[in-house]
Amino acid sequence: MLKIKNLKASVDDKQILKGLDLEIKAGEVHAIMGPNGSGKSTLANVLAGRDGYTVDSGEIIYEGKDLTEMEPEIRAREGIFLAFQYPVEIPGVNNVYLLKAAMNAIRKHRGEAELDAFEFLALVKEKMKVVKMNEDLLNRAVNEGFSGGEKKRNEIFQMALLEPRLAILDETDSGLDIDALKIVAGGVNDLRSEDRAIVLVTHYQRLLDYVVPDYVHVLSDGKIIKSGGKELALELEEKGYDWILKGADAA
Amino acid sequence: MSSSQVNNLANILTENFQSAFTARQGASTLPWLSAQRQSAFDQFQEAGFPTRRHENWKYTDVSRITKTGFVTADATHNVIQAADLDSLKFNTENNHELVFINGQFSAEHSNTGSLPDSVVLGSLRDALVNTPALLESSLNQCLDSNNHVFAALNTAFFNDGAFIYVPDNIVIEDPIVVYFVSTFTESKLTTAPRNLIVLGKNAQANVIESFHGLKDVVSFTNTITEIETADGAVLEHYKVQQENTDSFHIGGTHLKQHRNSRVESHSISLGGAIVRNDIVTKLADEGAEIILNGLYMGNGSQHVDNHTLVNHSKPHTQSEENYRGVLDGRAQGVFNGKVIVHKDAQKISAAQSNANLLLSDHAEIDTKPELEIYADDVKCSHGATIGQLDKNMLFYLRSRGLDKETAKSLLTFAFADEVISRIKFAPVREQLEFNVGGRLPDADLIKANLDSANKIKAR
Repeated sequence: MLKIKNLKASVDDKQILKGLDLEIKAGEVHAIMGPNGSGKSTLANVLAGRDGYTVDSGEIIYEGKDLTEMEPEIRAREGIFLAFQYPVEIPGVNNVYLLKAAMNAIRKHRGEAELDAFEFLALVKEKMKVVKMNEDLLNRAVNEGFSGGEKKRNEIFQMALLEPRLAILDETDSGLDIDALKIVAGGVNDLRSEDRAIVLVTHYQRLLDYVVPDYVHVLSDGKIIKSGGKELALELEEKGYDWILKGADAA
Repeated sequence: MSSSQVNNLANILTENFQSAFTARQGASTLPWLSAQRQSAFDQFQEAGFPTRRHENWKYTDVSRITKTGFVTADATHNVIQAADLDSLKFNTENNHELVFINGQFSAEHSNTGSLPDSVVLGSLRDALVNTPALLESSLNQCLDSNNHVFAALNTAFFNDGAFIYVPDNIVIEDPIVVYFVSTFTESKLTTAPRNLIVLGKNAQANVIESFHGLKDVVSFTNTITEIETADGAVLEHYKVQQENTDSFHIGGTHLKQHRNSRVESHSISLGGAIVRNDIVTKLADEGAEIILNGLYMGNGSQHVDNHTLVNHSKPHTQSEENYRGVLDGRAQGVFNGKVIVHKDAQKISAAQSNANLLLSDHAEIDTKPELEIYADDVKCSHGATIGQLDKNMLFYLRSRGLDKETAKSLLTFAFADEVISRIKFAPVREQLEFNVGGRLPDADLIKANLDSANKIKAR
C-alpha cells in the first residue's frame, strides 16, 4: 500500500528525515517509535502533505501513485487520514459542516453519491458511539473549547466516519488518561481490517498495550534504525531508547 | 456624464433646491420643516462636500459621487415587478413590511400588518400630513448635521422614508422590515430616504432596513435614520446594504437613548462601489446601553467605510462594539470607532473590537479606534486586528478532503458568521448567511453545508 524509499525531507530548510525506508501492506498495523526530535511527526506530516514540509529526495508511493505530487485534499480523498497531534480549533466552522463537506468530497472522488441528510446523521450518530463522544459536541465549532481528550477522540471519530485506507495517528495517545486511551484504542481496533493499514506514531509503549502492532520501527535522527515485532516495543519500554541508540552507533 | 461638464452634483442640487423644496413639501406646508430644510441647505452650501482633508473623510474620497450628475426618478418610474421584489425579500412571515421604490413609498407593495391602533407605521411623507404635531416634536431631534454634511443634505432634500412610532409599553415582536429598492435605469438615480423611529417608555420593536438596487441601476443613496428611545425602551435595529457594485451609499443612523433603554444595532454592508455608514449615538441618561455589531465585505474595487461614535454622556451607560471586515481583491475598508466619555460620566463601560481579514495582497484596511475620556472612573477597552487566514486551520480542513478554495471560503465564512450569527431572526440570519456564503468561491458547497447543518439543527 505504501512504499517509502530513501526519503529525505526538510522543515524550514533543515533536513529532518535523512534516508527513511518503510513498506506497509494492507491489513498491517505499524508503530513508529523514537525519541523526541527523531522525525516521527515530520514523517506523519510529510505523508499528509503539510505546507512547509519539503521532500528533498526519495520516493513515497501510495497505491502505486507518487504521493509527493498530490495536494493534501487529494491524499485525503485517496484514503489517507492524519489524526493530528494537536487538533486545530476552528471557531465558526461547525463540526457538522466539516464532516459533511469531508464526507461528500471523499464520496465524490470515489464516484459515489452524496449521502442525504438523514443517512448522514444516522452514520454520524453510529460512529460517535464508537468513541463515546457526547452528541452536544457535534453542533459546536470544530474542536473549540474541547478538552484535550475530547479533541483526540474527535480525531478518532472523524477517522471512523471517513474510513481511510491508510490511517496515520500522530501521538494520539499523548495527554490521554487511561480511560480516554482505552476509548481511543477501541476506536482504532474497530478500524483494523484486511484492506486498511494503520500507522501509530508514538513516543510511549502504552498505546501498544491496547492496539497491538504487527511491526515496530525505531526512528532516530531521520532514519529507521531498527524494526521488529510487537516485542521490540516492550524491550524499548524496559531498556529505554539509549540502549538501541548505542547499539545503532556500534553497528 | 463626464467630469468636464460643469453641472456636477453640488450645482445640480443648488439649482434644484428651490423647486425640489416646493415639490417635496407635498400638500402640507409646514413652516418648521421648511425652516429645518433651509437651515440644513445653508449648512451644506457653507460646508460643501467633504474632501480627504477632512479628518472624518481621510480615507474615503467622495469625488466620484459629487462629480456625477444624479437625478431623482419621475414617479411614473417608481415601479417594480413582484418577482423582482420577492427575490430580494427576507423569507419572514407575518411581519410588517414597508417598501420604497426609488425612494418613494409604495402602498401597493407594503403591508403594515396588524398592530395596536396607537402605533404609527408607514410613510413619513404621509405622517407629515396626518400627524404633523408628532413629527414636529421628534424629527431632526437626534441629528448633529453640523458635523455631517450628507445628513444636512438629507434634511434639505428627503422625500420620504419610514416613520415608526411605538407608544409607551407597546411591544411589537415581529420584525418591521423596510425595503429600499432602486429600479430606475434611465439615468443615474439619487434617493434621500429619511427614517424616523420613536419608541416610547418600555416600548419594544425590531426594525430591519434593507437596501437593494436592481441590475443595471446606478444609484446614490443618501439615507438618514433617526432613532429616539425613551426610558426602558428596547430596539433591535438592522441595516443591511446589498446594493449593486455600481452604486454609492452614504448613510447615517443617529440615536438618542434615554434611561435604561437598550439598542442593539447590526450593520451589514455587502454591496456598493463606495459605501459610508455613520452610526452616532448619545447615551443621554443613566443605564442606557448600545450594542454595535457590524460586518463589511468588499471585493473588486469596493470601498466601504464605517464610522461609529458613541457618546457616553451620563454615568452607568454601556457600549459594546464588535465590527468585522473581510476584504479581497483591491477592496478598501475603513473602520473608525470613536468613544467619548463625557465629563462626570462615571462608572461607564465601553468595549470595542474590530477584526479584519485581508484575503489578497492588494486589499487594504485603515482601522482606528479612538477613545476620548473626560471622566476618571470608567472601564474602557479597544482593540483592532488585521490578519490572513490561519495556515493550520487551512491544512486541517484540506487534510479532511476539502479543496483549498473551499477551505478558504469556509474559514472566511466562519469569520464573517461571528457577526451574522448574532442576528436573532432566523430568516434574516439564514438569508444573510446564504448571501455571504454566495460571495465566496465554492459558494454552492458552502450553501449546501449550511443547508444541511440548518436541517440538522432543526431536528
